[in-house]
Amino acid sequence: MSKQINVALIGNPNTGKTSVFNQLTGLKQKVGNYPGITVEKKEGVCKLDRGVKAHILDLPGTYSLNTTSLDESVAVEILLNKKDKNHPDVAVVVCDVENLKRNLLLFTQIKDLRIPTILVINMADRMSRSGISLDIPLLEEKLDTKIALVSTRNATGIDRLKELIIGYQTLSANPNIDPSVIAPDYFKKLEETFPEQERYKLWLVITQDVNFMPIEKQLIKDRSSFATKSKSELKRLQQKETILRYQFINGLLKETYRVDRNAAKGFRAGLDKVFTHKIFGYLIFFLILLAIFQAIYGWSKYPQGIIEDFFAMASEWVKTTLPPGVFTELLAEGILSGIGGIVVFVPQIAFLFLFIALLEETGYMSRVVFLMDKLMRPFGLSGKSVVPLISGTACAIPAVMATRTIENWKERLITILVTPFTTCSARLPVYLIIVALVIPEGRFLGLSYQALTLMLLYLLGFGAAIVSAMLLNKVLKIKSRSFFVIEMPGYKAPLLKNVAYTVWEKTKSFVVGAGKIILAIAIILWFLGSNGFSDDFENAENIVRKRIATNGLSEFNALAMADSLAVYKKALKDSVQKKVYRIGDTAISDSLKLRTNELTRQATNQEIASYRLENSYMGHLGKVIAPVVRPLGYDWKIGIAVLTSFAAREVFVGTLATIYSVGSDEENTDTITQRMGAEIDPITKKPVFNLASGISLLLFYAFAMQCMSTLAVVKRETNSWKWPALQLVFMSVFAYLVALAAYQLLS
Amino acid sequence: MDGTVAHLKRGQKAIIKEIADGALPIKLLELGCLPGNSVELVQVAPLNDPIYINVNGSHIAIRRAMAALIQVTLTEEAQTEQ
Repeated sequence: MSKQINVALIGNPNTGKTSVFNQLTGLKQKVGNYPGITVEKKEGVCKLDRGVKAHILDLPGTYSLNTTSLDESVAVEILLNKKDKNHPDVAVVVCDVENLKRNLLLFTQIKDLRIPTILVINMADRMSRSGISLDIPLLEEKLDTKIALVSTRNATGIDRLKELIIGYQTLSANPNIDPSVIAPDYFKKLEETFPEQERYKLWLVITQDVNFMPIEKQLIKDRSSFATKSKSELKRLQQKETILRYQFINGLLKETYRVDRNAAKGFRAGLDKVFTHKIFGYLIFFLILLAIFQAIYGWSKYPQGIIEDFFAMASEWVKTTLPPGVFTELLAEGILSGIGGIVVFVPQIAFLFLFIALLEETGYMSRVVFLMDKLMRPFGLSGKSVVPLISGTACAIPAVMATRTIENWKERLITILVTPFTTCSARLPVYLIIVALVIPEGRFLGLSYQALTLMLLYLLGFGAAIVSAMLLNKVLKIKSRSFFVIEMPGYKAPLLKNVAYTVWEKTKSFVVGAGKIILAIAIILWFLGSNGFSDDFENAENIVRKRIATNGLSEFNALAMADSLAVYKKALKDSVQKKVYRIGDTAISDSLKLRTNELTRQATNQEIASYRLENSYMGHLGKVIAPVVRPLGYDWKIGIAVLTSFAAREVFVGTLATIYSVGSDEENTDTITQRMGAEIDPITKKPVFNLASGISLLLFYAFAMQCMSTLAVVKRETNSWKWPALQLVFMSVFAYLVALAAYQLLS
Repeated sequence: MDGTVAHLKRGQKAIIKEIADGALPIKLLELGCLPGNSVELVQVAPLNDPIYINVNGSHIAIRRAMAALIQVTLTEEAQTEQ
């Protein structure tokens, strides 16, 4: 039976901690959340020598054990709580050789908790370029620890680290610093009141303004003999503690750390001058956004097309190969198309995270925050919100996932909640068809009304996002860090391995995490649309065939068929006249007969599908909600389409095509547009799609949360049903009210 | 010459004198913003805020309001440079 060593990786942000984690665990890693909160939990397994395994926990990056965010509290809690199952046997503190002084602050704090601690000095490959030399043995002695000098870029030093982890029991667990000198009386009293506890641990429990370890915190409050100091006094003491630690670190680095100041300073300064420049800075950022947009909007189309075709083929294959029945239908129409609907997002997610990982790895992302801070501040957002908001114009799903880069939980939540307002590409098919139907042709200042309407819709999406961000910033009572301190890391060439890990991990977390919910909803929607309880549904085929036999095809289909046949006939006759074909009149009439049969078959199938949908559960639901959507100018048919398009907005067009029993062809929407234009309201005798109901629909789709996949991703990213539920209700109610107002004003 | 970090011009260096008591987040101190340490203004954001400083080897961006709480003494070297 092999035993497992619990290892916690901890370090400042930007020290390459994640690279060390990747090196240790390879692909044997798991990313999830800590229970009940949104902090990301990364863990993995590392095989060491002699059959020993290490469980590696990558704690959230932190500058010290003084917590200012939920992420940091999690790290501190795990380090303090010996009962926590994640509590480490050995802590590995990762430092960046260029920022050793600052990074060591955290090291000394962890050491003072009496946890066996290994020091990793990372980015050793940068030492010569930065003119740094280190006396490792002396540093080990002064810090009372063991050091692994690591370069994740060149993959050196990892073996030494693994050896140190195996031998963790020989590491010293003695503290570096005696913090009691900052307030001797106070610490003495502490010690007398809690003789069984460690001093530094007590000190942390007292000073940290977070709700971890409620029992111990309560304990301290309950001892009446023990007077808690005022907040400002505690803060002053923390300040003293920090100064004390820096004195210790400065002293020991003086003897062990040499840096030639003249080496390689111009590189960062030069790049900063360009990237944070008044004009070039924004221009470069704009170009990067453009490239991201192009990737998720344009490039993704090709792999997405292949994925769609593949799942369509698979579904067809199942239907023709397996014996017909409920199970086959469930597999082909429900499950396979549901999975297809999940996998189809993979290219967009992969592309977006490719870019984001590159921006983060190179250190550029901090410059974006620096550039955009002033602009985003009034909305309660940070510069990092810009990337998700812009990506949302292609698709909200990767955009919501991209908010992971925002450390501040309140900013991140606001960004998640408002991103679905931006006009994503799934709204476009709906917009295009309705704009073509109801917006008159004509020009204003050289621009067509239709183009102007589209542009307004895009602006409206952004406007709604920004305004609701402002509102949420006021309304949301979430305690979060109110100050702005952003580290500007040095520029680095990205480690492609890390980029690849990020892309892989995000894609996997979407398919596995959010996919379950999407699949479940897809199957429910499919079930509602293809099952019914009435006899009408059961006998749909017979009823429709009988109807066609006595009354003929529906008026629209009959006319469309006649048109189509006339065109075909003319073409045939023309080609005979031009001697392209040499065929006689009988052949022509045979060909026409074949054509007629084929078209009749298609139209019959379409009318059966329409009848089935009308009498399915979904159809009944549509009729039930008809009174609700009536004030918006929609009939029950549009009601059904609104319901089914909860799966994804573009489904609206396909559902209408089925209901109006016309073919739905994604490439060619002329027929469905014509058919929609011809739909007459039986009560008012006016077209159903008029200016008022059209605008009402456009506004409804601009604001409503008609996308189950986004909801699933929001659930996944916020780790609770509360926020997606709130988002769904708020957006739907808002969309309803706006659409209602528009219809009532215009009609 | 005395002032605050918010008064620095681009490229100017100074020594941190004192920090308004308890006004700054502890995080800033941890990043090296402590009395006696040197600070240099590296860049100013296009809209004049935030500012980008190098304090004790840490490159960080802070907002002007916070920078105004850090009292500094300009060093000779920087003044002659300007």
